[in-house]
This record gives sequence, C-alpha cells and structure tokens, in this order.
Amino acid sequence: MQEGLLEKSLRAAVLVIAALALFAPISAGLWHSAGAALGHLPALGKAGPSVGPLTELLAQPGFATALRLTLVTGFAATILSLLLAIALAAAITQGPARIISRLLAPFLAMPHAAMAVGLAFVLAPSGWIARALAPVLGWARPPDLATVNDAFGAALTLGLVVKETPFLLLVILAALTQVPLRAHINTAQSLGYGLGAIWAKVIVPQLWPLIRLPVTVVLIYNLSVIDMALILGPSNPPTAAVLIARMFSSPDLAQILPASAGAILLGVLAAVSIAALWSGARAIACFGPIWVRRGGRGAWINTLFSAFAMLGAGLLVLGASAMVSLGLWSLTWRWPWPMLLPESLSFAAWASAMDDFGPALQNTALIALASTAISLALAVAWLETQFKSRREALIYLPLLIPQISFLFGMNTLLLELGGQGSIGAVIWAHVLFVFPYMMIALTGPWRGLDPRYGHAAASLGAGRLRQLWAVKLPMLLTPICAAVAIGVAVSVAQYLPTLFLGAGRIGTLTTEAVTLASSSDRRITGVVTSLQAALPFAAYLLAFIIPKLAHRNRSALQGASA
Amino acid sequence: MSLILQDVCITPNGGAALFAPLSLTIPAGQIGAVMGPSGVGKSTLLSAIAGHLPRGFALTGEITLNGARMNDIAPQSRRIGLMFQDALLFPHLSLADNLAFGLPAQIKGKAARKAAVEQALAAAGLAGMGARDPATLSGGERARAALMRSLLAQPQAILLDEPFSKLDTALRAGIRAFAFDHIRARAIPALIVTHDASDAAAAGGPVLNLGGQAG
Repeated sequence: MQEGLLEKSLRAAVLVIAALALFAPISAGLWHSAGAALGHLPALGKAGPSVGPLTELLAQPGFATALRLTLVTGFAATILSLLLAIALAAAITQGPARIISRLLAPFLAMPHAAMAVGLAFVLAPSGWIARALAPVLGWARPPDLATVNDAFGAALTLGLVVKETPFLLLVILAALTQVPLRAHINTAQSLGYGLGAIWAKVIVPQLWPLIRLPVTVVLIYNLSVIDMALILGPSNPPTAAVLIARMFSSPDLAQILPASAGAILLGVLAAVSIAALWSGARAIACFGPIWVRRGGRGAWINTLFSAFAMLGAGLLVLGASAMVSLGLWSLTWRWPWPMLLPESLSFAAWASAMDDFGPALQNTALIALASTAISLALAVAWLETQFKSRREALIYLPLLIPQISFLFGMNTLLLELGGQGSIGAVIWAHVLFVFPYMMIALTGPWRGLDPRYGHAAASLGAGRLRQLWAVKLPMLLTPICAAVAIGVAVSVAQYLPTLFLGAGRIGTLTTEAVTLASSSDRRITGVVTSLQAALPFAAYLLAFIIPKLAHRNRSALQGASA
Repeated sequence: MSLILQDVCITPNGGAALFAPLSLTIPAGQIGAVMGPSGVGKSTLLSAIAGHLPRGFALTGEITLNGARMNDIAPQSRRIGLMFQDALLFPHLSLADNLAFGLPAQIKGKAARKAAVEQALAAAGLAGMGARDPATLSGGERARAALMRSLLAQPQAILLDEPFSKLDTALRAGIRAFAFDHIRARAIPALIVTHDASDAAAAGGPVLNLGGQAG
C-alpha cells in the first residue's frame, strides 16, 4: 500500500522526539565541553579560544601515567574478555549452551560497582583468597600486598574482565544463531581440524562482523569507566577518566577548563582506539588467510582454547564468589582472620542501613523504572515507525563516546536551562544509556516477528493500535521482559550520569556504594551493594517468570525465550 | 456485489513489473483463482488486494469491491478477509479468543459474543475446543479455525493464499470443500491463489494464469 500521510507524520514525529531526547543532549554536551576545553566558559567569565586548559591538563601530576593506565587496562580488559568469551563459547556450544547461558544472567544483572566491591572483598589481603592460602603459607596476619588498587591496574583489568566476559559470551551465543556452526564444525572436523583450530580459522571470521559493535562498546566502556576504576584501580595517579572526573568535582571551579580539555582528549582517544581496534581486525583478516592456507591442523590452538576456556571458567567462579561475599559480609557480625566463614551472623547491618539508605533505594528504583519505561516506549515507537537503515547506528552513539566527554557539558547546559540537579535530569541522562541497550535486545525479535500476524489482524479489522496491543506486544512478551530487565540493570549500574546530572544531590545505591567502598565497614558496604544488586536480580527473575506464567498454556511461545 | 481487478500491476522499485497488467471480475458467491508457479508474485498480488503490499513495491490499476475503490483504504477498513497457508492463529490466544478477535465489536455483551464464537466453533467441527492452545491443533483443525476467524469478521470478500498446500492430501479435498461451501454460503466474492490445478477446478470461478515474467 502507498504510505499514508498519518504513517509519514508518525515516523517524522518519532524521529524528531528521538533526536531531541538523545542526540541533542549529546551534541550539545560535546559542544559545551569542547568550548570549555578551548577556554570558553562564560559562566566563569572566561572567553576563549586558548590552549591554556590543554597545557594545564598536560601539566597535571601523573597525567601521562594516567593516560597509559587507561590505554593498557582498557585494551587488555577488552582483548582478554573477547578471547575468554570466544573460548568459552567454543566449549559450551559443545554442550547444553542454553542452560549455561541462563546461568550468566546474574553476571549481567550485577552492577559494575557491586561486582567491583565483591571482588575487592575476595582479592584483598584479608579476603577469601588470602584466607584460603593462610593455613598453607602460615600467614598469621593478612599479607602486606597491594592486591587491590595496585599501581599497574591489574585488579581493575580483572574486574572489567569478570564483568565483560559474560556479556560478550552472551553476545557471541546470540550471534551464533546466524552462523551454520554445527555444519561447519562437522565439515572441518572431517578434514582433520580440532575444535580450537576450527573456531580460529572458520567460526571467528564469520562471527566478527556480527559482534564488532558490542566489542567496540565494551572497549569504550573499559577506556572510560569510573566506578570500577575508583574501587579497584590505582588511586595516585588513577586512570585518566577518574582523574578528569576528580577535576570536574573539584571545589576550584577553574579546574573545569582543564577537565573539559581532558574530557575531549578522552573522546579523541576513544575514537583513535576504535580505529585501532577495527584496523587490527582488518589486519588479521588480511594476514589470517596466509596462515589458513598453510593448512596446519594446529594442535597448539586446541590447547590454547582449552586453557582460555578454563581460565574463563575460573574467572566466572571468582565473580560468583564475589557476589556471594557481598551477601555474606552484609550478614556478618564477627569474621576474624583467617576463618573462611564468619564466626557469627546478624541482621544488625541491614537494620541500621535500611534507615540510612532508604532514600537511596527509593531513588534508584524510581530512576530505574522511569528511565526503563521511557526507553521502552521510545523503543516500541521507533521499531513500529522506522525502517531498518544505516541511520539507526546513531542510536548506539551514547555507548560509543566516553560518558565523561559529554555528560558534564550536558550538565552545564541543563544548568543554563534550569533543570540541573533534579531527578528528571538524572532520569533523562539514564535514558541515553538504557535506550540503546534496550534497542539491542528488542530489534532482532521485533523485526523477526512474522509480519503476516499483523496483516492477519488488520484483515480482521484491527487498526494499528489494536495490532500492537493485542497481537505484537503479547507475542513479543518474552523479549520485552528481557529488555526491561536489561534496562533496569543498566540504569541501576549508572554512576557518572547520576553524579553529574544529579549535581551530587541525588543519591542512589550506586553512588553510595562507590563512596562506601573506601570505608572500612564491610558490613554496611555489603548491605548497600547487596541491595544494589538485588534490584536488577529481581528484574531478571521477573523477566524469566512473567512470560512463563502468561504463556503457560501456549506451547508455541514457550520455546522462544530470550 | 463483486471484486474487480482492473489492469492491476505490481512493480518493485526500480525493477520490472511482476506480471503483465491483469483484469479479473469475481461476482458475489464465486471463487476466482490465480494460478502460477511459485515466485511469480501470486502472494504479492493478494497482499496488494488486502492492503499489505510490502514497502518497495508500487501498485497500479484499480481494485474495486462492491463499487468502492480500495487502493488507498487502510487494510483494516477494507473488509477483505485473508487466509494464509500457515493458519497464523495468534499463538498467545486460546482458540476461542482467536475467533473472538475476528468478531466485530458491534456484537456486544459477553453472552452474545460467546454464543457467536461457540456457534462458529461448532460449524468448524471444533465444538468444546475453545480453551485449547492453538499450537495443539492439527493442521486441518487450524485451517478450519482460521477460516472461521476470517468469516466472523463479516468480510465483503475473502482472499486465500495457498491455504491448503500444507495439508495432507487425504485431508485436502475435505477441507477445501468445507472452506468453499462456507464462502459460497456467504455470497461474497473470493479469490484463491494456488499452484494446484485441482484447487482452481474446485473453485469453479474465473481462472487467471500468471505464466511468469512479463513486461
């Protein structure tokens, strides 16, 4: 049918709303940061252009080290997570991959800050690992080792790897549905290749175009992460993103200028890093065939894959013990060295924390629900009115630019408009990140739904809205619930958007957790991080149960679970 | 009372027309047939008549139902029923709710609506199965249910897109007779696309052959 005027205006309206809600704050934020980076900040009575802020930034003590730390931890964590995820995917697709992928849900739900705190609990000189080793090595006291906040950023890299490997593993498992995995493995095996060599030479080249975007998102995240770097990373000098965030929060307002220069510099660094990652992949694609042509069956690769899969499994166990340690510490009354389990348990920490952190819990839940609801409405409107196009890649822009590069600028803009420091501003900032993740979860299932169901409904007299309400939404209930769970998890995990757009006045469990991480009371920290993790856990649990209940007698919809 | 196609032609953007312009008049109570091998654009033709022409295709010519021009009317307002080879019962609704989906909202009152659905179920030989999950029905049961759902919407014409091609040969003739009898009883024009000559013969109305590439 020729497209009607209504259709056209609907599409234009959704496009305009998305542009105003998503692209406007980012571009305005970048514009503002760029201006301040060049010394132009009328609010402080400064007019540019000048290179002053940049030279001031470069003169910051330890800035070169901070930059190197950022690059090393960012790239090391990304490449390591990718290799581990590929090796794990190769291993578990030989077995019950669907059941194992279910077990990854807690890792996805877990906020970065909570995972970092849990890892600190496990890795610290007085943590679980040291306690397990103490009887063997005869340690009477916790060893004097910097196992967390080490100057090399090893603990930070480990934390990022523990959090991102499960994400990339799920991304790979989803992408594998578009690759004839079984047939290619069988074919190559009959030619004498082992599993590792098959993955390296046959599967990964087909996989890369499908996972390039998520891997890039992970790289940018790792290069610009703040909360995990504050909890696990070195403190003096910290990573570049933390250094810049500190300058932004400095009581000396003049620091905003060099901080903005840093924000823009980090953005440029991110762009260069994306280029490096993609050209690295191109180079491998260029020279890989030379290696394939030699025809080696590559027994060493099989060994390497097994080793990586075991390392990956070990890190997942570490991550799981980090999650357990949070809950355990929150219930601990006394836990003397070197006992492996607490001597006595108590709800005292919970009782006192619930009074202190009630408002933070409320804020966290409100912001998560509101930003997820807004993002879901926007995603449904987008998918219902927009056609698949290259333009759509712009949706993922907020995930491809370091948060700090535009959030402070966005904040300054809101300050001028008068909406800064409100819960609405924080919700808006969260939508910038919740929406793209929900789109990632929804786009495939939405566009994969047989359009003839909608046609059948229309031919029975159902209009657009009834097709959506009565047919599409119920049929897509499973992916919608999964997307909502992801949205809640993404929102709960946000640190910098809450800090900057809330102007420090809106406290969430995440901002509290980061503040508490450096405190000495592990019980209270355990309570707050457990609460922080409980919200997305509950969302994932509901996302699993609701479609099962709603479709309990509908066998055609039972198989299609996310 | 008739469905008239006048010089209807479908052209993909920047491509050649799927078939030469075709004209066909189907009087009320008759079942016309469009024959041709798969890939010739039969299903696209039905989509165009129903109003679901995919993006990237353009329709020329006139589609008229009972004297009204259909070309620019929204699909849900055309009152043209559509039945696919997969019955496309909505998987999240029970069998009875699938039929109730087709029933016009003008039929008010829980009892009246329920009675109408029960009656349709009985007519399709599915009495007492209203609470069933559509996924548990046999192919023949699904086809009869889908036809009843279409007819409950009180269409002014009905289009059938190879509705019997996935059924067992043993069932086919019976279900075809069931469908055609019900459609004729409504005294509305119908159009079936099929690659099976026996479908066209059973339809007994005007037949059009879409041979292949034209124009």
